[in-house]
Amino acid sequence: MATDPNGIAEPSALSLTGASKTFGPVIALADGTIDIRPGEIHALVGENGAGKSTLVKILAGVHQPDGGEFLVAGEPVSFRTPADSKAAGISVIYQEPTLFPDLTVAENIFIGRQPRNRAGLINRAEMRRQARALFERLGVPIDPDRVAEGLSIADQQIIEIAKAISLDAKVLVMDEPTAALSGVEVDRLFGVARSLRERGAGILFISHRFEEVFALCDRITVMRDGRYISTHVTAEVTVDAIVREMVGRSIDALFPKSEAPIGDTVLRVEGLGRAGVFRGIDFEVKAGEIVALSGLVGAGRTEVARAVFGIDKYDEGAVTLGGKALKPHSPQAAIDAGIGFVPEDRRKQGLVMDLSVAKNATLTLRKQLARFGLINGRTERRVAEDWSKRLQVKTGSQDYAVSTLSGGNQQKVVIAKWLATEPKLLIVDEPTRGIDVGTKSEVHRLISDLAGRGIAILMISSELPEVLGMADRVLVMHEGRITAEIPRERATAERVMHAATASVNLTTEGSAA
Amino acid sequence: MSEPVKTGQPLSATQTLIDTSAAPKRGLPRWLRGNDAIIFAVLIVVILVASISVKNFASTLTVGFLLIQIVPIILIAMPMALVIISGEIDLSVASTAGLTSAVMGVLWRDSGMDIWVVMALCLLVGVAAGAFNGFLITTLGLPSLAVTIGTLALYRGLALVVIGDGKVSNFPAELTALSTAKIGTTGIPVVMILVLVVIAFFAVLLHFTPFGRGLYALGFSKEAATFVGIRVGHAKFWLFVATGVVSSLVGVFWTLRFASAGPDNATGIELSVIAAVLLGGVSIFGGKGSIPGVVAGVLLIGTLTYALRLAKVPETTLVIVTGALLVISVVAPSLTGWIRERIRLTRVRREVQRLSTSGQTSA
Amino acid sequence: MTTTTVQSEKPGPAAHDKRNPVAAFFRQREIPVAAALVALVLITFAINPLFLSPQSVKDLLLNATIMIILAVGQALVIITRNVDLSIGSIVGLVAFGTGSLFNIAPGMPIPLVFLIGIVFGGLLGAVNGLLVTLAKVPALVITLGTMYIYRGILSTWAGSKQYFSGDNPKEFGNLSVDTFFGFPIITIMAVVVVVIVAIVLGLRRGGRDLYAIGSDPDAAKLFGIPTGRRVMAAFIACGALTGLAGILYASRYNSVGALTGSGLELDVVAAVVVGGVAIFGGSGTVVGAAIGAVLLSTITSSLTATRVDKFWQQAIVGVLILAAIVIDRVVSIRNTRKLRVSEARDV
Repeated sequence: MATDPNGIAEPSALSLTGASKTFGPVIALADGTIDIRPGEIHALVGENGAGKSTLVKILAGVHQPDGGEFLVAGEPVSFRTPADSKAAGISVIYQEPTLFPDLTVAENIFIGRQPRNRAGLINRAEMRRQARALFERLGVPIDPDRVAEGLSIADQQIIEIAKAISLDAKVLVMDEPTAALSGVEVDRLFGVARSLRERGAGILFISHRFEEVFALCDRITVMRDGRYISTHVTAEVTVDAIVREMVGRSIDALFPKSEAPIGDTVLRVEGLGRAGVFRGIDFEVKAGEIVALSGLVGAGRTEVARAVFGIDKYDEGAVTLGGKALKPHSPQAAIDAGIGFVPEDRRKQGLVMDLSVAKNATLTLRKQLARFGLINGRTERRVAEDWSKRLQVKTGSQDYAVSTLSGGNQQKVVIAKWLATEPKLLIVDEPTRGIDVGTKSEVHRLISDLAGRGIAILMISSELPEVLGMADRVLVMHEGRITAEIPRERATAERVMHAATASVNLTTEGSAA
Repeated sequence: MSEPVKTGQPLSATQTLIDTSAAPKRGLPRWLRGNDAIIFAVLIVVILVASISVKNFASTLTVGFLLIQIVPIILIAMPMALVIISGEIDLSVASTAGLTSAVMGVLWRDSGMDIWVVMALCLLVGVAAGAFNGFLITTLGLPSLAVTIGTLALYRGLALVVIGDGKVSNFPAELTALSTAKIGTTGIPVVMILVLVVIAFFAVLLHFTPFGRGLYALGFSKEAATFVGIRVGHAKFWLFVATGVVSSLVGVFWTLRFASAGPDNATGIELSVIAAVLLGGVSIFGGKGSIPGVVAGVLLIGTLTYALRLAKVPETTLVIVTGALLVISVVAPSLTGWIRERIRLTRVRREVQRLSTSGQTSA
Repeated sequence: MTTTTVQSEKPGPAAHDKRNPVAAFFRQREIPVAAALVALVLITFAINPLFLSPQSVKDLLLNATIMIILAVGQALVIITRNVDLSIGSIVGLVAFGTGSLFNIAPGMPIPLVFLIGIVFGGLLGAVNGLLVTLAKVPALVITLGTMYIYRGILSTWAGSKQYFSGDNPKEFGNLSVDTFFGFPIITIMAVVVVVIVAIVLGLRRGGRDLYAIGSDPDAAKLFGIPTGRRVMAAFIACGALTGLAGILYASRYNSVGALTGSGLELDVVAAVVVGGVAIFGGSGTVVGAAIGAVLLSTITSSLTATRVDKFWQQAIVGVLILAAIVIDRVVSIRNTRKLRVSEARDV
């Protein structure tokens, strides 16, 4: 039996050591190490992209690790499917649980193992009784007979927890369970978590909110860049120390923003709000300026950008581009006015994977390229070739399906298709996600060049070094509001991180909201 | 890989990242590779084999019979291909044709209008039918499968309401003759000119216009389409109007060809059309397909059926061919993909096992 | 359609306390259909009192019987987010097969004929299920293909031959005439089928799995539900029930031949959808589907009884299908709007 990394003799409820996972060229997890004891609540913290979710998926049996050691209650395990993980006593509760919307609450808990009577038929009364007993134990009054559709996220999580209890789970993994909860709901969840701890379950709690981590957890493990960094007993460590460990890398010269003259205001957003998503959003972006919209996943950054570009509707506020009001909810109007949008999901939103490079690169120009309503294939190819050359897209031929290109080159095609429209403002959402390091710096140089040519850039990024290296100004969002505006000179990883996790007391910057 | 696309000033840092592995082999021009080519190749093989082994196949008579047979299918297949590429489906086409036929019969019998006016009005039936589908699907956001099952029943029902179970058959002889007339001695039906116009129209629309470009984006991913400013609902609405109009055209043709307007004209051809479109390489999931492929698909089914018929294979058996072709065309790619995935998984699993056992011994 | 994600609602436990059982009853998907059926029958009765005469009721039930059985089978498949378009051809094959059986072996015991027909239908369904689960292609396409293939096989087999009811043993033909306390025997069979399938679907683990699969196929897989096996079972059951319907068809109708059952598939899908089974799976019951089938077949009789032009019948069917999906949609839009507003208030 392997010894626990902390030298404690009692077998851990779950222990993962040195797990790694790669997806093609991307290393999602280099050293996944976590140790959860029975009867403890263990926090896992780290920046976006630190490898937490990959680690969770390994625990859940969704991903199979490429290497490393995985013990549950001291026994080595290897899960092929999520069902294996469940059978081993691990229950994972995701930020947004996946219940069956058409089934009742009780059935969602017991699907596949409903209590049966002697005739082999489901005993609904018994199922209801057991469900009710579970909810009573958790102290939450949820009607077991209602269908899951329409339940709040908080209630859905409680149902997942009830399911875990009924499965007699030894380890409960909660992946950012509080992200979508209100204060009361968080308190209720914590109450449930503590009572589970008392009953000897090990709980892995993943959260970005330090106040929660420090209020709830016994130990904290920090991850960074896909690696295990450290484990601390909560009582012996401070928020500052944890933040330092989370960020703890030097911002090197990989992300150059060349100096560019800042011009007039290009984009002005005033009082933008969308019910339940974001509100009171005010900011502007000037020509030649790179403004980063920072914050945690789910803070509402992408949603703001989508509303500006007209993909989604907004309920209040106004967007002006170059002094002219922009028609809401019309991407075509936004494109015509001079906005380009490089979306976060390249494969689903940015490109049509089965179409050729040339056709993708000119998709935004399809109307301008047409003469008498017809697209001239030669002109199309010439324009596409021109842009490929300028952005150094590596492809055998303009006719190859864009899906045959590497991630970095695909991203260049996306950027090319927007540059071809000669935008005044370019919105880039996670521009380097899933791109290898070499091409990454190329994309950065490209964005910087564009700013140098007077294009206003609004960049959404979850990678702090990218934000700090590239941005002239950093806007930090937290729960649908802008909580800080930090100019380049004063932008540090700690400041941004604190504003993003809303431990605002440590931030000296004025809040824009 | 000696393409002139090579960049001017290569970056040493990224040079190694050039993705060459996935580059397809050079040699054939693009349009000769891929799905379309396979269908065309099969079509040619079928024609060759039939010409050699089936008596009387290689004659101008064949051309005439074969072509006139496929006119309704190939006409509707054009807009249907676009609809399916955009990720929707229209099952109501045959009923629209039937409704048109009924309206045409009643108008001709009762209104005393000129036949050309009647035919023009009939096309409006298609516009209305298509617009109604489009409205339900794009404005109300209902699934096209369910909606067009509903309108399939509704339009056929309206055809019955309009004309009852009567038939109208006294159409002008010159028109009914024209509908089956041949061009000189070639054996090619005159109506093929109309068919070619329709094919050309939809081929250009799909392959050479901004609208067509948008459809692929739309069918592949609604999101991606929205991001480049395509008005998704708008585009789909007009596609349904297009299927409506072409279906009406088929209704008119059907009426003239058989010199009979009745409520049950063109019953059931929606399924033949969809079979041909899918066989022609259009993906039922949307985003993939081409007009040449669909034309080949229709011709393939038509030729095969005709050749087998000439070879005295019973009429009724031919339907098996249609069905089998359809199933094979969708199952084959899935099966090869499945087998490939299986092989990959076993390899990965073995690899993981090897790694984990070696990891354990070293730990 | 009530598919996709679970939306969040007003939080706080008070929002979903115990529901009023009466309200819950009226929220059942079957209720509007049943109400429409009752209204249809009453209105027709008011216009033409003969509509509810014993003979007329018996005809009504007989007409609905085959549709009920077909709708129950189809509902099983649709609940799993699939569809089976080949059932019309299966009915034809089994009906003609029944005729042939009696032709070859006139003395064959009737229960054995039933068994053979049901197994035959089940096999045909299994082919569909196998293709759908293995190829991972939408069932719509696969069963469209098998619809042709089965029809082609039937046409080849039957040629221009037809079997008439006179060719069958008398007892077999009597099945669809005889009554038991006034109810046609085959209608009682259909009711038994509905009850059994309703119990399996509602009270067996495997049955509940079908709803989970239709509700969210990916989640069902993650959950460890054997989705392939369950979908396969649904197709086999659908085929077997369709086989049963085919036998009854042979008993009830005057002749069976190459064209028997063609076009039935869309009527059956229509009945299921009208009966409140969501076309994209996950919800609805076989009881609803059965009521939908009765409603659709009753419309025909009602139109005759009220001397409405019979040509309106199919148009009305179309309107009913559209109404069913539009209502479903409107309700779900209203719900999501309510949710978004309550969410907004909550922030």
